[in-house]
Amino acid sequence: MVRDVAFGQYFPAKSLIHRLDPRAKLVMFTAYIVIIFCTFNFASLAVTTAFTVLFVALSGVPFKFYFKSLKVIILIVLITSLLNLFYGSGEPIWQWWIFRITQNGINRAIFVTLRIVCLILASSCLTFTTSPTEMTDAIERLMKPLKILHFPVHEIAMMMSLALRFVPTLLEETDKIMQAQKARGSDFESGGITKRVRALTPILVPLFVSAFRRAYEIATAMECRCYNGGDGRTRMKSIHLSARDCISFAVLGLVITGVILCNIFLEPAI
Amino acid sequence: MSFITLKDVVFSYDDIESNPNAPRAVDGVSMSVEKGEFVAVIGHNGCGKSTIAKHLNAMLLPDSGKVFVDSDDTSDENKTFDIRKKVGLVLQNPDNQLVASIVEEDVAFGPENLGVEPEEIRKRVDSALKAVGMYEYREHAPFKLSGGQKQRVAIAGILAIQPECIVLDEPTAMLDPSGRSEVMSTLLKLNREKKMTVVLITHYMDEAVLADRVIVMDGGRVLTEGTPEEVFSQVELLKKHRLDVPQSAELMYRLRGAGVEVSSIPLNVADCISALEEVLR
Amino acid sequence: MSAVLELKNLGYTYGKGTPFEKRAVDGVSLSINKGELVGIIGHTGSGKSTLVQMLNGLIRPTDGQVLLEGTDIWEKPKEIRKIRFRVGMVFQYPEYQLFEETVYKDIAFGPTNMGKTGDELDFAVRSAASFTGLKPELLDKSPFDLSGGEKRRAAIAGVIAMDPDVLVLDEPTAGLDPMGRELLLSQIIQYHKQRKNTVLLVSHSMEDIARVADRIMVMSRSRLVMFEETKEVFSHGAELEQIGLRVPEITKIMQELKNRGFDIPDGILTVDEAFAVLSRLLKKEGKIW
Repeated sequence: MVRDVAFGQYFPAKSLIHRLDPRAKLVMFTAYIVIIFCTFNFASLAVTTAFTVLFVALSGVPFKFYFKSLKVIILIVLITSLLNLFYGSGEPIWQWWIFRITQNGINRAIFVTLRIVCLILASSCLTFTTSPTEMTDAIERLMKPLKILHFPVHEIAMMMSLALRFVPTLLEETDKIMQAQKARGSDFESGGITKRVRALTPILVPLFVSAFRRAYEIATAMECRCYNGGDGRTRMKSIHLSARDCISFAVLGLVITGVILCNIFLEPAI
Repeated sequence: MSFITLKDVVFSYDDIESNPNAPRAVDGVSMSVEKGEFVAVIGHNGCGKSTIAKHLNAMLLPDSGKVFVDSDDTSDENKTFDIRKKVGLVLQNPDNQLVASIVEEDVAFGPENLGVEPEEIRKRVDSALKAVGMYEYREHAPFKLSGGQKQRVAIAGILAIQPECIVLDEPTAMLDPSGRSEVMSTLLKLNREKKMTVVLITHYMDEAVLADRVIVMDGGRVLTEGTPEEVFSQVELLKKHRLDVPQSAELMYRLRGAGVEVSSIPLNVADCISALEEVLR
Repeated sequence: MSAVLELKNLGYTYGKGTPFEKRAVDGVSLSINKGELVGIIGHTGSGKSTLVQMLNGLIRPTDGQVLLEGTDIWEKPKEIRKIRFRVGMVFQYPEYQLFEETVYKDIAFGPTNMGKTGDELDFAVRSAASFTGLKPELLDKSPFDLSGGEKRRAAIAGVIAMDPDVLVLDEPTAGLDPMGRELLLSQIIQYHKQRKNTVLLVSHSMEDIARVADRIMVMSRSRLVMFEETKEVFSHGAELEQIGLRVPEITKIMQELKNRGFDIPDGILTVDEAFAVLSRLLKKEGKIW
């Protein structure tokens, strides 16, 4: 079932990472993505990996959930690391037919695997520990300066959080409509591409009709609850930077410094 | 003056000024709701009962006639938000009323819109969730809840606005029997214990029987109103308009027609059994 | 009487081999006769939805068999679509499946998938529409312009138009008002009587089931706990209440009177029956004439 996919799901808990300011988490995550692709030798890779492991361990989310999100991308990891393994430059260590493995290839495979795994772990950690509302709230606040340029910051954040809320509902609905059309003899599995595309009409039309009906009803429900745009709104979970956030920024700062130092003083491995 | 008063309300979904013969969803309805009352409005689909519900919190405004909520005219645009703070509306489909991905964040939506202070919102959310018995689920995702649970969260979302009256437009139509009884017992509890004014729009007779007062609508008009006993003893009238009657009431009504002396028409199983026992002894 | 559907130790497990494994249907064996109207009752989550979706091959059982007129429906997995034309399935809120430009075209979707054309197709569509009480002038309208009740009928007609030997209806009256419920239910009974096929009706309304079903299947916690004649099932009031189901109000009243020593038979299902029994009793005692 679609709803069993762990990636991108919130896991309610009260861990240290959960309690970090979502804005801090978003900023740190962005910096992290840059850092992970700037690791060029084993020392810096070790530093960032350790940092990732620390956050995962502190997140209070059972590892089996992380494992579930890793499972989804295992194939991509395998393929890219194999490609890297066989396309390294330099002296071959081992050779057979067109396949040749070099030290550089091995290193590149290790780097690419660890980078992807770290990236997935970090983004899972972010989504597991930050509820969609917190996330959109953070985005709204981070983008607030754009309001001066008449950029509809609140509206966009609201749309995002509604979209996140209704993804599972619409997935479930798609499933139901598909079953109903299958019961009337719809065939999604055979035939050429045009036939398959045509076979989607009986699903897409009802889905759109229902999405529009929902949108209308949601708008009514929101009005009933005194929604009147972003002006004068308060939030139950007010977010503010605390000592926790400063400490995590400090740790991240150390990691960044570490990576830069390693890159300057040590030979690149790839 | 009553808490809510409707005076000769006429409403059409078409433009009634350019087309005076347009079908009228509500055609001259007057009614009132007192503070602390539990009123049920029943009738077929298309009888105008849902249209009435949307008039009670200024979601719709009458084409002619007036609606007053706590002496405020709903057509006064400056009062719209005051009215919606006093009269909360819960809709039929629970899925389409929950706007956030976490239960407690959804319940907080209303007070957040009103600009309530964060600590106060927290208090309101917790007490609203406790009132509907969903406090343990405060950190769950709405889509994983059952229909009855979702509808209770929707009710909590309205309670957090701290209204004086809660109007529900067929809240149980899409629920299974256990979901229906969850919602009904929640409403009864709110009415009895917290003195909340409840207006329940429904087509289930067994729900209407539990109200203090029942208003029956047909064809955009009020057909009859009174206590459940008064309304459901008019079996003939209800049957003529093809409305449901509790099986207990129908049986006793028919026995009375056959010449059995029946003092009052029973509305539930227990009353019916004792009434029948009396007759048979 | 010959069996049209036979279930042999039928079972289904969701997410087999994962930590989220859940047994939805467990060891159901039964046989349904040709021309029967069978009611299916059970709590939400009792497994009845999964069970009915296995009957036309929308869900493949993880164990056991579904036999349609003696043959396993999964004997040739490639031809499972043909089974779906023989076992028609109407889901809950079927109006959400309407998609064509006109009601006519929408009803024709199923029979067209079967390969019907020309007069044969036209006949299938028109007779299905009349079975469900859909007025002929509505056929050229867009399905989205119909009223709620009419949409429901159009969607049901779309399945009836495939002329299935077995028709499964999952809560066909959900969300309708009493008048709409009454009308649709009597239309279904009429269709069943004229067409003489097998109908399976899933419903939460005990009053409806009591009125129409010959036999009732009771599902609870993934298992089939009862499969008996309607009167028999509803005479087990206490057991039904234990699994969170109830009996029709009138059945409960008459049962209680019987328990209090009055001369009343078991399994009274409708107000008509109760009235007949009570007036006979009262006449005998000379309380009415």
